Amino acid sequence: MHGTRILDEADRLMTVCNSCRYCEGLCAVFPAMEMRRAFSDGDLNYLANLCHSCGACYVDCQFSPPHEFNVNVPQTLAVARAESYAAYAWPQALSGAFARNGLVISIVAALSMAAFILGFAALNDRSVLFGVHTGPGAFYKLMPHNAMAALFSAAFLYAILALVMSVRAFWRDIGTPIGGRADGGSIFQAIRDAGELRYLHGGGVGCYNEDDTPTDRRKLFHHLTFYGFLLCFAATSVATLYHYLLGREAPYPWWDLPVVLGTLGGIGLVVGPIGLLVAKSRRAPELLDETSYGMDVGFTAMLFLTGFTGMLLLLLRETAAMGPLLALHLGAVFALFITMPYGKFVHGIYRFAALVRYAQERRSEAGS
Amino acid sequence: MGSKYDVLVIGGGNAALCAAIAARLGGASVLVLEGAPKFYRGGNTRHTRNMRCAHDAATEILTGPYTEEEFWEDLLRVTGGQTDEVLARHMIRESKDILNWIVEQGVRWQPSLGGTLSLGRTNSFFLGGGRAMLNALYLTAERLGVDVEYDAEVTDLVIDDGMFLAARLKRPINGETEIRATSLVAAAGGFEANIEWLKQYWGEAADNFLIRGTPYNRGSILKMLLDKGVQEVGDPTQCHAVAIDARAPKFDGGIITRHDSVVFGIVVNKHSQRFYDEGEDIWPKRYAIWGRLVAAQPDQIAYIIFDSTVVTSFMPTLFPPIAGQTIAELAGKLTLDPAALEKTVTEFNAAVRPGTFDHTILDDCRTEGITPQKTHWARKIETPPYLAYPVRPGITFTYLGTRVTKEARMLMADGKPSANMFAAGEIMAGNVLGKGYAAGMGMTIGSVFGRIAGREAAKHARN
Repeated sequence: MHGTRILDEADRLMTVCNSCRYCEGLCAVFPAMEMRRAFSDGDLNYLANLCHSCGACYVDCQFSPPHEFNVNVPQTLAVARAESYAAYAWPQALSGAFARNGLVISIVAALSMAAFILGFAALNDRSVLFGVHTGPGAFYKLMPHNAMAALFSAAFLYAILALVMSVRAFWRDIGTPIGGRADGGSIFQAIRDAGELRYLHGGGVGCYNEDDTPTDRRKLFHHLTFYGFLLCFAATSVATLYHYLLGREAPYPWWDLPVVLGTLGGIGLVVGPIGLLVAKSRRAPELLDETSYGMDVGFTAMLFLTGFTGMLLLLLRETAAMGPLLALHLGAVFALFITMPYGKFVHGIYRFAALVRYAQERRSEAGS
Repeated sequence: MGSKYDVLVIGGGNAALCAAIAARLGGASVLVLEGAPKFYRGGNTRHTRNMRCAHDAATEILTGPYTEEEFWEDLLRVTGGQTDEVLARHMIRESKDILNWIVEQGVRWQPSLGGTLSLGRTNSFFLGGGRAMLNALYLTAERLGVDVEYDAEVTDLVIDDGMFLAARLKRPINGETEIRATSLVAAAGGFEANIEWLKQYWGEAADNFLIRGTPYNRGSILKMLLDKGVQEVGDPTQCHAVAIDARAPKFDGGIITRHDSVVFGIVVNKHSQRFYDEGEDIWPKRYAIWGRLVAAQPDQIAYIIFDSTVVTSFMPTLFPPIAGQTIAELAGKLTLDPAALEKTVTEFNAAVRPGTFDHTILDDCRTEGITPQKTHWARKIETPPYLAYPVRPGITFTYLGTRVTKEARMLMADGKPSANMFAAGEIMAGNVLGKGYAAGMGMTIGSVFGRIAGREAAKHARN
């Protein structure tokens, strides 16, 4: 029917769920399902990416295993979601990166950090690499600013390009509803829904994790991670403006905006990923796609590594450890950037696109 | 000897949990014995989705008021007067407070589900359905300190002159034990899953019945109580049955095997003959008659026949319709006699009078000159592919129960109230619901009498 086992199973489940509908108040997946009577590949990938994996529909379902109808929506949609990342990856030649994602990310990260260390060592004297550098421009004694900017801009732009091409394929596959392009209102609604993780909520009580008592822990740790990431991104952006507009060079004093943003973000990127990893290790296996464990852990670990090396660099930037730490941090960030389109990072992009689509559908339904 | 509790609750559904929580809130030590494994806990509550409570004004989730009087009139209509007015009015009055009380116990509401708009004013729907409701009640009960045992099969009740003394229990691991308690709340449902018992009234036909709930609803507690002198109520031969898909599993297919499509086509038996007016009344009012009608047909099987023009007029179904490009081809797939089915459809089509179709009212599309007539929504079946659902009787619940007072206290056969035995839920629903059904009433009976029974049982135990 659908070409993959998991999409066939997702289709079977959506047919069961569409004749029941008890879960329609829990999240966006079931109302979106109810707008359809039959499900294309694109529809199923849309529903899979709309699912936030809160687990409520599994715990609430009278037909979940051991019932013979064997309804496990969170796990099935998790597998379908992971497979959809590979299906839409750009270029398709790299879609295989998703299959053994943990391994791929570890290797890229290790290579990237090693390259920076070796590069620093090759291009700098021992006395410079292990020297104590302070004051504006200290970092650039190890790597010229323009080289750093060029390298990271290239990596970042590549990531953006690959993500745009991937999500474009997804957007086309899930079909544009009547009305055509995404409108401002739907995008704003999706930003709100994503920003507050509205559907990681079990319909109001929290997520189901290790047992049948719901909690909001995963949501909290995800917020710390996501907003930590955004703050770090903001810190880099402000520093870039300082550099080019004001002619002020890093490192900046601890009270200055880039450092304050970076410190707050760094704390989020250390605490959030640890919390998410612990929550994942404890989560009931029947709610998880265990085959994408490497992918989930790989990306979360990269975020942690980025935050952790960044915080270390901040603490020790006025010591002889600064050079090696800078190399490690830059290596981690570089690896994070270039693996972004081929790892768990894409979940946020696809889910956001799915939320925009859902907001559109709701608006056109309300309007009709 | 086993342990001793103030209140022993037998059963694990809505009524049992409301009783356990109310008894615990009343200061009693409480043990709940659920005969099913944890996954299948809760009897028919697992498959419910809403509750009918009276309310004087619209709420966040209810679109308008539903007064006590209106509720009473609805109950009177569906039961044809087979109800205990004092008990029923008491239940309806108490149902108003249940809307809030049940939320305090962790249950959450949502507006009426897609496809059930006709219930938006009268019925409150559980967010996530009946199992979500059960999960919330169990969490609350356990948090309050209620003990719960699963797979707890009660093999005997020790009752002396209307006084409960102990329950004998067979545990899966530790074997036989005896549990004493000061009061008993029996909330263990009916006997709809007990095919042998159903056969006493239905004969071999019961072998062809499908049971909509779990195989654990065997009525063993009900039988013990009646055998030990509790007064019975309700017609033992009657059960609530709807037409469900014949491909459904024998047990626990729940609500998703139902068919809403009868009014859009014709229904024939295994001889390809129509046997009842498919357009008699508005769905879902006549929903519950079709189980009984199919049960009366040979081999307890029937087929809803319609054409491709009406496919999107009803909810998507779990099992796809069986399709044929011609009536004969369809008949072949259904193992019906093609000539007979063609004749029935041709005669029906010829009898259809012109009219303006509107499935929301009793419209003027009807047949003339055939028996039985189709009095509304009759349209020709003439656009291939032709489609069919095979249906069998799906048994929801039984009406036989224990007679109780307003305090949910069981009455003995001699008319004397029991000293310490209470009943709630389906096991005593026959007091209020002598026959018929209206959506959400089972849960009202469960929650209202569960709470009363728990409160009264705790009061008795604490005295």
